[in-house]
Amino acid sequence: MSFNNKRDDLVASLDHTLDAAITGRSPWLDARARFLRNKAAVFSVVLLCLIALACIVGPWVLPHAFDSADWDAMSLPPTFKNWHLLGTDESGRDLLVRSLIGGRISLMVGLLATMTSVTLGIVWGATAGFIGGRVDSFMMRIVDMMYAVPYLLIAILMVTILGRAFYLVVITITVFSWMDMARVVRGQTLSLRSKEFVEAARAIGVPTRRIIFQHIVPNLLGVVVIYATVTIPNVILTESVLSFLGLGIQEPMTSWGVLIHDGTAVMEISPWMLLFPALFLSLTLYCFNYTGDGLRDALDPKDR
Amino acid sequence: MWTYVFRRVLAMIPTVFVVITVCYLLLHATPGGPFDSERKVSAVVLANLNAKYHLDLPLWQQYLYYLNSLLHGDLGASFRYEDWSVNELVAKALPVSAAIGGGSILISLVLGVFLGTIAALRQNSVVDYLVMGISNAGTAFPSFVIGPVLILVFAIWLKVAPAGGWDAFSPRYMVLPMSLLTFINVASIGRVMRGSLIEVLHSNFIRTARAKGLPMRVIILRHALKPALLPVVSLTGPLAISSITAAVVTESVFSIPGLGKLILNGAGNRDYTLVLGLVVLVTVITVVFNLLVDLTYALLDPKIRY
Repeated sequence: MSFNNKRDDLVASLDHTLDAAITGRSPWLDARARFLRNKAAVFSVVLLCLIALACIVGPWVLPHAFDSADWDAMSLPPTFKNWHLLGTDESGRDLLVRSLIGGRISLMVGLLATMTSVTLGIVWGATAGFIGGRVDSFMMRIVDMMYAVPYLLIAILMVTILGRAFYLVVITITVFSWMDMARVVRGQTLSLRSKEFVEAARAIGVPTRRIIFQHIVPNLLGVVVIYATVTIPNVILTESVLSFLGLGIQEPMTSWGVLIHDGTAVMEISPWMLLFPALFLSLTLYCFNYTGDGLRDALDPKDR
Repeated sequence: MWTYVFRRVLAMIPTVFVVITVCYLLLHATPGGPFDSERKVSAVVLANLNAKYHLDLPLWQQYLYYLNSLLHGDLGASFRYEDWSVNELVAKALPVSAAIGGGSILISLVLGVFLGTIAALRQNSVVDYLVMGISNAGTAFPSFVIGPVLILVFAIWLKVAPAGGWDAFSPRYMVLPMSLLTFINVASIGRVMRGSLIEVLHSNFIRTARAKGLPMRVIILRHALKPALLPVVSLTGPLAISSITAAVVTESVFSIPGLGKLILNGAGNRDYTLVLGLVVLVTVITVVFNLLVDLTYALLDPKIRY
């Protein structure tokens, strides 16, 4: 009796020490630790959050509306007077509020178009990779074709024809940004299907659904996250290019591309009109790129 | 080799065909005809105009007409620039784009490879920081930010070059736009060259060459440079294409009458034939360029089998 008790105690304590010594570290915890060690990436994420927060909250807090002209304060340089912190444009609209509103649009286009193109890419790539054979080679031919076309010109053609509404800009950008994801997901799916650990799981009788969700999806997810982060800045850039050329977001709505375009028109007399929107855009692009690099280093264990 | 070339040329055709067809259908889905205008045109004139441009035929017949004229190298008449055919407009714009884009891609290749090589050999030196700085700036500052800044500094403040415009290939007008394109191209060529050379220098055959006691100069020039150039070659294709045919931003910032500006104007004016013609032309150039790059790659890389 007492012996049994003793043994149970021993087992319990051993269990306990084992628990303490070998806590499970999932690949995600590992990745998080690696990411947090990357100072530039962490700093970028913080800065991105700040920019996003400012874009969301700023226009409510600041005492100006983005489209209200102030005839007493036209083309003001940055000043604390009347809270025109970044100055005003030639019709007296506050640049800071306009930049933040423009940031909302740019970031929203970025996130939306990234989401749609990532979804399209995953579905396309996974389908091609899973079915394989003729379907696969046909679907990948289409991807090759999309790579071979001069996308900016066709994007210009599309926005000219379809119109320049917000969602049309998102669609146009999506059409030309899903191919990377499709390729990567297809390759990943193909190689994962025949990996030993998937085979092993199948051999010990793990049901297919659990194989997919426990073994294949987590392995896909890393790549998806990395490519999504890389896609966002490219998408924002494309939106800005279109808007800069006058083919994207239209007045009175604004985006960073529109603001930069407006800024170039008056840069001789009021250079801040060019400087600040450009700074917002560049900072955002920079941060997304660093975050993407950081994520890649953190999530891709092969690449170390 | 020749079968490979043949196969690649055959593979080009569906791409070009699909692009033409999709763009054609897209353009014809637009509301409004080319002759809608504020000014009332009499019904007879309108009917004649439509007949002249085959606009009275069903879509598939128009499409076949268009394909036929394309095969004869005729991009049609411009709907907006009266008395101009698209061919004539292109003939005027293409040399401008080719001069600026082609010139800058040549300079960028020399500069990028040179700087990238030095950066790779002298890591953490001044040149290395310069290359990394340029390439970081190139990724963070888009051309429509750098371009206006160049104008502000060199044209408005220092007054050393005109702010934009074009004057019969006068170098004065070419300096700033070419600097912009070159900066952006060097940003990527330099980084790729640096990275690939560093990687090559760590490979086994370089160690062998060093172990044989070859001087560093020979190792780099004879052994390392060629494999290190491969990624640069595959990068040059898209860069050259975007510098020559899709320099829309550069040409619009500096108001240069090249292909990019032409397509922007065409898009703004709803000039069907012009935009379609330009897209067709640029697609063909792009596809041919990609083919050339792939062939160069195949020639340079002994690992590639056709």
